[in-house]
Amino acid sequence: MTDAIAPAFVATADLSSPEAVQRRKRRYAADLRLRIYGVAAIATAIGLLGVLLLTLVIGGYSAFVQTHARIDFAIPAEQVNPADPAKANWRAIVAQGLQAVLPEAGSPAAQRAMGQILTNNTQFIVRDAVLRNPSVIGGTLTLDVPVADPFDQLQKGVIRRDTPEENRRVSDQQIAWFDALATQGRISTPFNWGLIFNADSRFPELAGLSGAIVGSFYALLVCFVVSFPVGIAAAAYLEEFAPKNRWTDIIEVNINNLAAVPSIVFGLLGLAVFIQIFGLPRSAPIVGGLVLALMTLPTIIIVTRNALKAVPPSIREAALGMGASRHQMIMHHVLPLALPGILTGTIIGLAQALGETAPLLLVGMNAFITSPPGGIMEASTALPTQIYIWADSPERGFVARTSAGILVLLAFLLVMNAIAIFLRQRLERKW
Amino acid sequence: MKIALYAGVAVLALFAGVAGAQAQTRDQIRIVGSSTVFPYTQAVAEQFAAATGGTAPVVESTGTGGGMQIFCGGVGVDHPDITGASRAMKKSEFELCVQNGVDSVTEVLIGYDGLSIAHSQQGPALALTKAQVFQALASEVEVNGAIVANPYKNWNEIDPSLPASAITVFGPPPTSGTRDAFVELVMLSGCADFPAIAALEGDRKEEVCERMRQDGPFIEAGENDNLIVQRLNADTNALGIFGYSFLYENSDSLKPVAVNGVEPSFETIADGSYSVSRPLYIYLKNAHKGVIPGLAEFVTEYVSEASFGEGGYLSERGLIPLPAEQRDATRAAVENSTAMAAPAK
Repeated sequence: MTDAIAPAFVATADLSSPEAVQRRKRRYAADLRLRIYGVAAIATAIGLLGVLLLTLVIGGYSAFVQTHARIDFAIPAEQVNPADPAKANWRAIVAQGLQAVLPEAGSPAAQRAMGQILTNNTQFIVRDAVLRNPSVIGGTLTLDVPVADPFDQLQKGVIRRDTPEENRRVSDQQIAWFDALATQGRISTPFNWGLIFNADSRFPELAGLSGAIVGSFYALLVCFVVSFPVGIAAAAYLEEFAPKNRWTDIIEVNINNLAAVPSIVFGLLGLAVFIQIFGLPRSAPIVGGLVLALMTLPTIIIVTRNALKAVPPSIREAALGMGASRHQMIMHHVLPLALPGILTGTIIGLAQALGETAPLLLVGMNAFITSPPGGIMEASTALPTQIYIWADSPERGFVARTSAGILVLLAFLLVMNAIAIFLRQRLERKW
Repeated sequence: MKIALYAGVAVLALFAGVAGAQAQTRDQIRIVGSSTVFPYTQAVAEQFAAATGGTAPVVESTGTGGGMQIFCGGVGVDHPDITGASRAMKKSEFELCVQNGVDSVTEVLIGYDGLSIAHSQQGPALALTKAQVFQALASEVEVNGAIVANPYKNWNEIDPSLPASAITVFGPPPTSGTRDAFVELVMLSGCADFPAIAALEGDRKEEVCERMRQDGPFIEAGENDNLIVQRLNADTNALGIFGYSFLYENSDSLKPVAVNGVEPSFETIADGSYSVSRPLYIYLKNAHKGVIPGLAEFVTEYVSEASFGEGGYLSERGLIPLPAEQRDATRAAVENSTAMAAPAK
């Protein structure tokens, strides 16, 4: 048989005929084109990502350092009552401290212009330092104080010295003072820890992300505590117990649809239900967290169902065969085996929730608050909404800080995704 | 697994408990309202929190109309204490307030805000009249006595003395209070200079005077004014419309366009000669005074000389201060908790 077919086959398909050669060439060319398209697509994606990161880094790196001025503040005992130091005229003490190192100012207007070199809240920074350490009363307190935003921008070259004086936020006289401080070695540009550890402020030189980081943490905590158990319970029921009928089909389709609902819709729902009906406080991480939980829930249910599906039926049958009840089978065998997959999906879902802005704007988590929240019921912002507020602020310093805030948010997302990948690689079992 | 389940239930119970306890009291001041008043309220809030060491007020930017809706929702800790507004309260809003039991509200005029039309420092100096701005930006204009779809593409087609560059203006979207103010202060008074439009009546006149063109030269740039500033630096022929504080902060790269012959500055806005400016208000719920800790002190700080006076820290942020006697009147109204009367319209 084979002997008879083989010569016939060779005879009908002459691979060296000109038509066959041409056909082959066309097919190879099509192969090559497809491969080039793929490489081009990947290159475009990586290129765009690179451009995005590059613009963020170029725009934002300067916000990671902050110009400080080292000033020796005399704290005379006759001006600061040791019994009640908070009452003293701290603004005057700051002005005296500046005049001691820069003796040129004369008129009150010139003194005010000199005071603008340091951040407006210097008086409170000095006050708090003295309150923490009352032993300096009667002596001198040396502090590195952030300089005001225009001078920070001057030091970083954003405000240029060759701009005509009337078009610049800092006068020639102020620049002369600032340069005098610099020649005395009092100006330094250390890493801007304030960006991480300060709460929001209307002064760019003092504004930081701590309120937003704590707020995002609380919101994600609420989101996790609500969506994780609910999501697993729903998925376990649908996968292990639910009969296969029209109702479960409808539920399944709806869960899949829910995952695709735009997030702002969940924000409107949260506003109407959690705030207006349940009376939960506006701007609080609990409301933000509940809204994010609604958004994450379908993702977690879908991921959990897939993880449960991936556990081989033989495990279930073995457990049932050994006399385990269904709940023992699920709790002792199936869920623990599916857990790595569930956790991976949950972390990715939470990472998505961390970057979500629209629903948080609707429930008021874009407020201006100068202290981090003390709990899930206190008003706060979240990382993406903080970026949104900064992007809209007129001061120069916030332009760089917006990019820096995005970089911090991206760093958090990267860490969360890295944890998810780590969990998947270390714990997931293959059958 | 069981432990996790119990822990979950415990945490949920805790939430419910905290939620119940929290609903009764509130120790921070809550403020909503206009995004134009927002930076000033922010400044006072930060100063107040730093100076007194008390809980920081929560300031939220909801827009003037949205702020009124929330503010007039009722009396009690669930409702905000103050709302900011870039226009006076409307009659309908006042009625909503009264209907919900908010019948004693003090209207506090804090100062003025100028709207500026600005362009890059590199561009040629430009002076426009309101009528010219209307001709450049309206969707329909008057040409030779007839009302037609806006034909102007270049500035010199409107007036030969203007530069021969294309009309490109970045402005706020319809949801913005800045847009409402711009339409009211520039477009409405600009369209009054054209006899055929002035002769129109009712809705049709409103439509012609208020509709911005959609065919390209006017570009809605979103609520983000920083973005407009960046685009103006990239295109020296383009103009942008935004609050005066943005022009003031970016005076090294932008310069103003004179409107009806006057350039915006602190002096021209305060004395009223620069006509594209609007009053800014905060509205204070008197029933919350003495109930919410620090509310009375906060408003006193707001209307102190160091804050909204000349050279105060609000003027450093771009607020145009009131004349001295008006500041005294505002302070008196706040001290006596003078309830406002129903607005006329």
